[in-house]
Amino acid sequence: MSDVATTTGETLAEPAAAPIETRAMRIKNFWSDFRASKVAVAALVVIVTLLVLAFGAPLVAPQDPYDMAMLDWLDAFLRPGEVGTGGYVHVLGTDNAGRDMLSAIFYGLRTSFTIGLSAGALALVIGISVGLTAAYFGGRVESLLMRIIDLQLSMPAILLALVLVAVLGQGVIQIILALVVAQYAYFARTTHGAATVERGKDYIEAARATPLPTWRVLFKHLLPNVLPPLIVVATVQVASAIALEATLSFLGVGLPLTEPSLGSLISNGFKYIHSDRYWLSIYPGIFLMITVVAINLVGDQVRTVLDPRHAR
Amino acid sequence: MTAPLLEIDTVSKRFPLKATLADKVAARLAGRSAGGAVHAVTDVSLTVERGEVVGVVGESGCGKSTLGRIVSGIYAPTEGTVLLDGKPVATGREDHVNKLTTRVQMIHQDPFASLNPRMKVGETISEGPRTHGIVSAAEVGDKTRALLEQVGLRGDYADRLPHQFSGGQRQRIAIARALAMQPDLLVLDEAVASLDVSIQAQVLNLFLDLRRDLGLTALFISHDLSVVRHVCDRVAIMYLGRVVELASAERLYAEPKHPYTQALFASVPTLGTGRQDFRPIKGEIPSPIDPPPGCAFHPRCPFAGPRCRVEIPRLTDAGAGRTVACHLNDGGVGQEAAA
Amino acid sequence: MSAALDIQGLTTRFDTRGGTVTAVDDVSFSVDRGRIMGLVGESGSGKSVTGFSILGLIDEPGRVTDGRVIVEETDLRSLSPDHLRSMRGRKVSMVFQDPMMTLNPVLRIGDQMAMAVRVHEPMSKAKALERARDALGTVGIPSPEERLAAYPHQLSGGMRQRVAIATALLHRPAVIIADEPTTALDVSIQGQILAEVRRLADETHTAIVWITHDLAVVSSLADDICVMYAGKIVERGTAEEVIGQPRHPYTRGLLDSVPGQHAPGTHLPQIPGSTPQLSHLPSGCPFRNRCPRATQLCASAPPLARFGDHTALCHHPLETT
Repeated sequence: MSDVATTTGETLAEPAAAPIETRAMRIKNFWSDFRASKVAVAALVVIVTLLVLAFGAPLVAPQDPYDMAMLDWLDAFLRPGEVGTGGYVHVLGTDNAGRDMLSAIFYGLRTSFTIGLSAGALALVIGISVGLTAAYFGGRVESLLMRIIDLQLSMPAILLALVLVAVLGQGVIQIILALVVAQYAYFARTTHGAATVERGKDYIEAARATPLPTWRVLFKHLLPNVLPPLIVVATVQVASAIALEATLSFLGVGLPLTEPSLGSLISNGFKYIHSDRYWLSIYPGIFLMITVVAINLVGDQVRTVLDPRHAR
Repeated sequence: MTAPLLEIDTVSKRFPLKATLADKVAARLAGRSAGGAVHAVTDVSLTVERGEVVGVVGESGCGKSTLGRIVSGIYAPTEGTVLLDGKPVATGREDHVNKLTTRVQMIHQDPFASLNPRMKVGETISEGPRTHGIVSAAEVGDKTRALLEQVGLRGDYADRLPHQFSGGQRQRIAIARALAMQPDLLVLDEAVASLDVSIQAQVLNLFLDLRRDLGLTALFISHDLSVVRHVCDRVAIMYLGRVVELASAERLYAEPKHPYTQALFASVPTLGTGRQDFRPIKGEIPSPIDPPPGCAFHPRCPFAGPRCRVEIPRLTDAGAGRTVACHLNDGGVGQEAAA
Repeated sequence: MSAALDIQGLTTRFDTRGGTVTAVDDVSFSVDRGRIMGLVGESGSGKSVTGFSILGLIDEPGRVTDGRVIVEETDLRSLSPDHLRSMRGRKVSMVFQDPMMTLNPVLRIGDQMAMAVRVHEPMSKAKALERARDALGTVGIPSPEERLAAYPHQLSGGMRQRVAIATALLHRPAVIIADEPTTALDVSIQGQILAEVRRLADETHTAIVWITHDLAVVSSLADDICVMYAGKIVERGTAEEVIGQPRHPYTRGLLDSVPGQHAPGTHLPQIPGSTPQLSHLPSGCPFRNRCPRATQLCASAPPLARFGDHTALCHHPLETT
């Protein structure tokens, strides 16, 4: 008995003692912590609903607002709740071209989400690459990259995006590119900060001392351990990308009305805000606000749950 | 006599201190050059024979961990060479070290930090041998399970993440990871220091078993004199970057020669009944940024003389394979009574 | 003479996701003035939580649920939070493993020690500084006058720990709780501090609870020893009794597994298994699935076996060795 115990000692008392935590349990625990905030859960429900409405717009919207054949000048400026020539209620009214506002908002949300999510994802990938490279290689590479990042972060993102759109021209791709350039720096800085901490830990040293190839240390060891704070930044940056795009479109340098987003709807309706036709820009504005606030609320709760000090 | 497996030849390692702008200005005003260096390791020579376990003992700032990292190919020495079987362990300078061999593997102190928290232990163990073609893809699963069992864990633990294990179990996993590379030399840096006493005994027993079964050669770095005595054949005592005494464990523990070794032995509390009279070493460990001139130990040494303040003692033979770096052993400390 | 510190049935529980765990389970001991009690245990044994519980420093999700902590005839657990705060630092002080838990990094040593003096005793700053200087001298700090003007970061780890001990001594407390105070220090510095602490206990008649995992340290420092395992005190006695003739199989195993007393290169006697998780304790004796003497009887709660004042919580204590 005692001889067996010499090398296999730890296994003897093992099976009952070790808490076995599977990936499924981790997700379950994450969810039960997340659920602790009722506001965050409500915000998540709102986001999911908005996503369904946006990407299911052709199915749920009463009208395809950009099919010119469907529009009728007689329907222009209908008040919310009025019935138009189509024979159905325009819940949020119609605009100057006779578009159903509700439909326009759903389609606009789709554009906004597409832009926000793809700009966020691209910025994440580029930011991670830059941040990891800087943190891992250190020295001159790090100094150079981080000075560029600092310089960029000292400028307002909107200013940078404005200049870029002016150079690149209008269109969805151009806007996404401008947003990526304006936003990747946040990811790069967060990645760099987290990676600098992780780089100094023994498991990275152990991997390098094995030795393992650089790419493997970077992507199998460093990257998985810097991801959690980036998830938080990513949610917030998606919200800010949506808001930025709306701002650009509102200023008239974003998307043309043929590719409407919430921003271009607000911009379009803004002309009429003093003529009592408030619904043209107020309702897209409300949807924009709800979207941005909901994403931020969810992001905040994710941050709280992922915070190691929160762990019990 | 065959050549030793590991040859550390007059190795020094200095870490330059980054001077801040304020330092630079102050230095310019004072008319001296900015930025010093931490003298982590200075002129260390040491050999390890095949099958031998050599202990490196010292307090914080003595350079033992830096030495371990130089041998492991994590740092490149500022001066001197480290040869394994006659070939250098790593090339490079400062930041860009290129490790050339897989035959030296290291085991870190803190098993909570040395395992990637987001990688399954099976992959942690097998990724090294797989990238270096030490095992084929077909046999990697069996090999990993066999290694886990060899270090006293269950083979099916390969699918778990590190946080599901206790400190002792994690250290076993770290040992399995090192063994997977089929190393010729293990560097253990305080490998049992963070473990509880009862777990420490288990891991030390595992090490002794592995040593017997695999004929391991190891550099065993520790601050714990009783652990070192238990597992090491020869022991080097380091103080402020230099080896001050090197002898077989048996002789060193029977009769420490260097005043620092003696003082170290006297300050260690030992298990026994009744209050112990501590005879502590006076003073503090000096900073390795600005080590004292002459013998680094002279400000704390009860036997120091004028010669100790100016002349750095060399390691000289003290009989029976022991070397000591002390003027007492090399012509005396000079006139004038000790302070 | 009544004890400086008398603890009866102290119990502390923590609410975790997996349910409530008892980190300190019915702990009782007392320490007389001028004596050093070594509270020994491995990680997770509850020794540090016991220290924090004594001072009422347990935060959510934990709480002290039961017991009395009597310091010079006052039960700390019956005091209001304000009253308790006024006792801390004055009647009971704590020294932590990391001295920076006590020291404020942006204040000079003298300023913060003077502040600590004047919190409890209004007096002129000059007088408070004088008191601080004397306290630094007591713990063997050379040239205390100069140290008063230093910031914590200008001192070495050993010096900082001495300052922390000196701060704990400012009001001549009846009791000092020291939690692993020398664990982070080098042996030569630890030796210096142990020698000072021994002298302090003798000269100032302070009762000291020395919490540590290091058996060698307690055996050479403490008068009495309590061995903790899984939140319980499993053995209690004088240092001579506990180290010289342990009664609990856990203490025996712990003592045996210390290297240095066995022939080099031989297998060390070891306790199998790992320290249990408090949420997964076996029924009855928590040590029974690692214990070489365990029988079916051990599935029931172990009785307190008495050998004079030397006690062991065990069904099968070691009779003689």
